[in-house]
Amino acid sequence: MSSLIEIRRIATITEEIMRETGPAPGHVLRRAAVLAVLTNPFAGRYEPNILPMMEALKAPGLEMAKRCIAALGGDPKAVAGYGKGAIVGEGGELEHGALWHVPGGYAMRELLGDAKAIVPSTKKVGGPGTRLDVPITHINASYVRSHFDAMEVGVPGHPRADELVFVLVMTTGARIHERVGGLQPADIKVWDGQR
Amino acid sequence: MNASIRKIVVLMDETSIEMGEAVSPPTRRAVACAVIDNPCAGRFIKDLSVLTEIGVELGDLLTKRCLSALNIRPEEAESYGKAAIVGEAGELEHAAAILHPKMGTPVRAALIKGVALIPSAKKMGGMGTAIDVPLGHKDAAFVRSHFDAMEARVSDAPRRNEIVVAIAVTNSGRPNPRIGGLQKHEIKGEDGLR
Repeated sequence: MSSLIEIRRIATITEEIMRETGPAPGHVLRRAAVLAVLTNPFAGRYEPNILPMMEALKAPGLEMAKRCIAALGGDPKAVAGYGKGAIVGEGGELEHGALWHVPGGYAMRELLGDAKAIVPSTKKVGGPGTRLDVPITHINASYVRSHFDAMEVGVPGHPRADELVFVLVMTTGARIHERVGGLQPADIKVWDGQR
Repeated sequence: MNASIRKIVVLMDETSIEMGEAVSPPTRRAVACAVIDNPCAGRFIKDLSVLTEIGVELGDLLTKRCLSALNIRPEEAESYGKAAIVGEAGELEHAAAILHPKMGTPVRAALIKGVALIPSAKKMGGMGTAIDVPLGHKDAAFVRSHFDAMEARVSDAPRRNEIVVAIAVTNSGRPNPRIGGLQKHEIKGEDGLR
């Protein structure tokens, strides 16, 4: 493992959603998030060249994506939606969170069979216990309306000032009781990652 | 099943470094939450036995969800705790009815053994309310290294007429415990205390 990478804690959240206020649709929506708490090697100073960490994050990104698939039951084909995010502790800057775009996104797309859609993301600087609403879209077509979702995540006690929390989220399907129309997964035709 | 479950949320955390010091083996903790309808919401009901039976079901279900998230055998579990958050159309006593009369038996059965009191917490709250589930060693309440707590929350629960029920199980105490007291290898495990 690179000296830039020090993982202090990993949290995995899984949700099984049977219904909302309406009748149970007869299938269960599963959502999972994997959150890694890392030491921020750039905390407390301005470091112009942060790109080496982006490269170093590839391996932990793949490991987190594997954990996320495992948390949903282990079958990559069951994954239908995804998203990612970062929370930067107060000794860091928002740009450090941006290091997660490439390794987080590509790890999931690779393991999910070259998923087409851009991975939606969000990031913020925050104190211990900060919550993040991670946006979720369909893995192959960003405009699939039934799969627009978000999952609130966080790790109690983190990030400390010198830490980063990187997040991956995956789901097995549409929102429970989805019924606002729009593009459906069966209608994906262009395969440009959007429609 | 008596419980009408809307969703189940499981959080598992694994700590491998604390204050720069390795935690070896990493500590692992899980908390499983069920969001259920509160069948007693909105009015005063004297007999809360329907909630007590729900506690039996969830004691088994949530303990097994924790073991599964930890990927451990029952005999590898070390500490446990339980909690409930009652939505505003219910009353605190509803949490007590789920947690206290009968829930312990299925929890202990799922873990094979558990002679110590299962520490608990309860509160009323709105959606996204967090609760700190207390943790204690399952066979000896005085094991100091295992006094801990794990924060649980479900962002969209409890609604007014719902209850969030949580059970936490670990395979370890705090990361790098070092304040002395009764150690886990000194446990007799007979009276629930030592």
